[in-house]
Amino acid sequence: MSRTFVGMPAFPRNATRAVQNSQLRYNLRKATHTIRGKRAAVVGELPDWAELRAAGKAIKDHTLRNLDTYLLQLEEAVTRAGGHVHWAADAAEANRIVTDLVRATGETSVVKVKSMATQEIGLNEHLAARGITAYETDLAELIVQLGDDLPSHILVPAIHRNRAEIREIFLSKMAEWGRPAPERLTDEPRALAEAARLHLRERFLSTKVAISGANFMIAETGTLVVLESEGNGRMCLTLPETLISVVGIEKLLPTWRDLEVFLQLLPRSSTGERMNPYTSMWTGAVDGQEFHLVLLDNGRTRVLADEVGRQALRCIRCSACLNVCPVYERAGGHAYGSVYPGPIGAILTPQLRGLGSELDRSLPYASSLCGACFDACPVAIDIPEVLVHLRAKARHARAERAGMRAAGWVFDRPERLARAQRLGSRFRRLVPRRLPGPLAAWTDTRDLPDIPATSFRDWWDKTDGGRR
Amino acid sequence: MTSPMIPPTRSSRDLILARVRAAVRGAPEVEIPRGYRTAAPGTDLVSLLAERLDDYRAQVHVVPEAEVPGAVAAALDRRGAARLVVPGGLPEEWRRAAAAGREIVRDDPPLRADELDRVDGVLTACAVAVAETGTIVLDSGPGQGRRALTLVPDYHLCVVRAAQIVAIVPEAVARLDPAAPQTWIAGPSATSDIELNRVEGVHGPRTLEVIIAS
Repeated sequence: MSRTFVGMPAFPRNATRAVQNSQLRYNLRKATHTIRGKRAAVVGELPDWAELRAAGKAIKDHTLRNLDTYLLQLEEAVTRAGGHVHWAADAAEANRIVTDLVRATGETSVVKVKSMATQEIGLNEHLAARGITAYETDLAELIVQLGDDLPSHILVPAIHRNRAEIREIFLSKMAEWGRPAPERLTDEPRALAEAARLHLRERFLSTKVAISGANFMIAETGTLVVLESEGNGRMCLTLPETLISVVGIEKLLPTWRDLEVFLQLLPRSSTGERMNPYTSMWTGAVDGQEFHLVLLDNGRTRVLADEVGRQALRCIRCSACLNVCPVYERAGGHAYGSVYPGPIGAILTPQLRGLGSELDRSLPYASSLCGACFDACPVAIDIPEVLVHLRAKARHARAERAGMRAAGWVFDRPERLARAQRLGSRFRRLVPRRLPGPLAAWTDTRDLPDIPATSFRDWWDKTDGGRR
Repeated sequence: MTSPMIPPTRSSRDLILARVRAAVRGAPEVEIPRGYRTAAPGTDLVSLLAERLDDYRAQVHVVPEAEVPGAVAAALDRRGAARLVVPGGLPEEWRRAAAAGREIVRDDPPLRADELDRVDGVLTACAVAVAETGTIVLDSGPGQGRRALTLVPDYHLCVVRAAQIVAIVPEAVARLDPAAPQTWIAGPSATSDIELNRVEGVHGPRTLEVIIAS
């Protein structure tokens, strides 16, 4: 994947372009509505969903509150079980550690299990620049990699592609990366899955190094947990001689028992299944395999320091919030300019990266604050609350700040407000439908309200509340 | 295999821990409410497991314990599996039923991945099964083998005993020991990556057949 999100314009411009793409809107609408129905059905099956959600939220909050203790406990447990633990303060350090580990094996290619953390740090690009090819093995990641595309969804990075587009990508690009697609490939999902199986089979059986992320890490036991569907995860986790897992420090759970909550919350929220087809759990070095765990900070401790914003670290990357979001459904994942799109991305990205760029400052506004994401979140992240919190923190445009200061001055005294209202009423015919200069940004997407001939206060005084 | 020469990143470890401590200083402790179900008594475990496995396109047979060997032989005949890998520790009568008229490959010494790729299937027992979610758990115990054994062959035949079935996930977690590597399996290999519809059959076994001994 040579394309990156770096340097993308702010959300409104990306979204404007995306909503004009009718194919994209059709694909997204179809996929998100399919998954919404499935999720609602399997969540409704559980009589204790609310209790599981409350427990999930509290377990994560408790873990984050005591993260230092649990990280040390995890390090000790993994080491005791024969694994090696590495600490990476930022993306550059994580990339360097992984590159050195791969080089030490003498290999020049690795297979990868879909991992948000390695996308976040740009690992594939880093490895490619140093002569190491990373082969993505998750079907959707494969589609993105072959299509030289960017991921647009946490769970299904190629959600913006329909079956016909996937067939085209397979036919034209598979040969460049390995075994070509079957000549008579149809766009039946079953045939496309079969093509991926054939394309990757030999690679799985022969590659000696694998790189993964993890859904959960258990501090008490040192166990790592990966949930998946296809079996590509199992292939990468079990067959290669060396396994390197890059995992965000917030993925911890204190005890083995805590999995009883999250193994119910995650599959039902993400793919809308009672249980995903495959879950792998391993502790340290297993079956003669060498195991390295790279613990990644990369901005997470900064998020942790924000009392309101830290709840974003509860996220278990299920993507339920994307699937129910009216903004995501129309704008698509690329508009968010980050590997974390949708409502969770709108609060996670600006906190991880900071509010330095125009794009990151625009993300807290990529929402109508309807609250569907909060309702769907299995760990009860109050995304609207964090969005509003971040809006207050982001630096605003000069015209907006001047406007708000002026409004504050007017609203500060009743007599100022009354005078301003009378002034507005007198000149109401002169107010344009669209504001001039930098103020036009406001009226581009909003209608100015009609100014009445008399303000409510004046009407009340004049008529004694309608009695005269 | 030699351990790669990497200088320890002590400083980053200290840095991250210091950042964490500074970030959570003064934050309140959190109580964990566990009001969710930890057991679900009164469930008809065998039929619920069979129904839920079937939902995810596994082929399911429920037979009395004594008829398991016959069911194993019949399943392998239907499949046309001629070469079968069988892990150590499988009950002798199941193994014998599988061996009749078929070549049995042992994983001792461990088979290479490409050798595993050339067998027609694998027959295993399991550790635990969860009825509500239609899930079978393998923990590398007797009759289950290492994880690759149930991954590379295209056909997995698994025998579940009634006593191994629990109703819900918390009961399964309580029965398992995380020190052993585990694979939780719910149906054959599948993907939801094309238009978010589930399609069976990607990299893992494309056929999962389960015999439940009631």
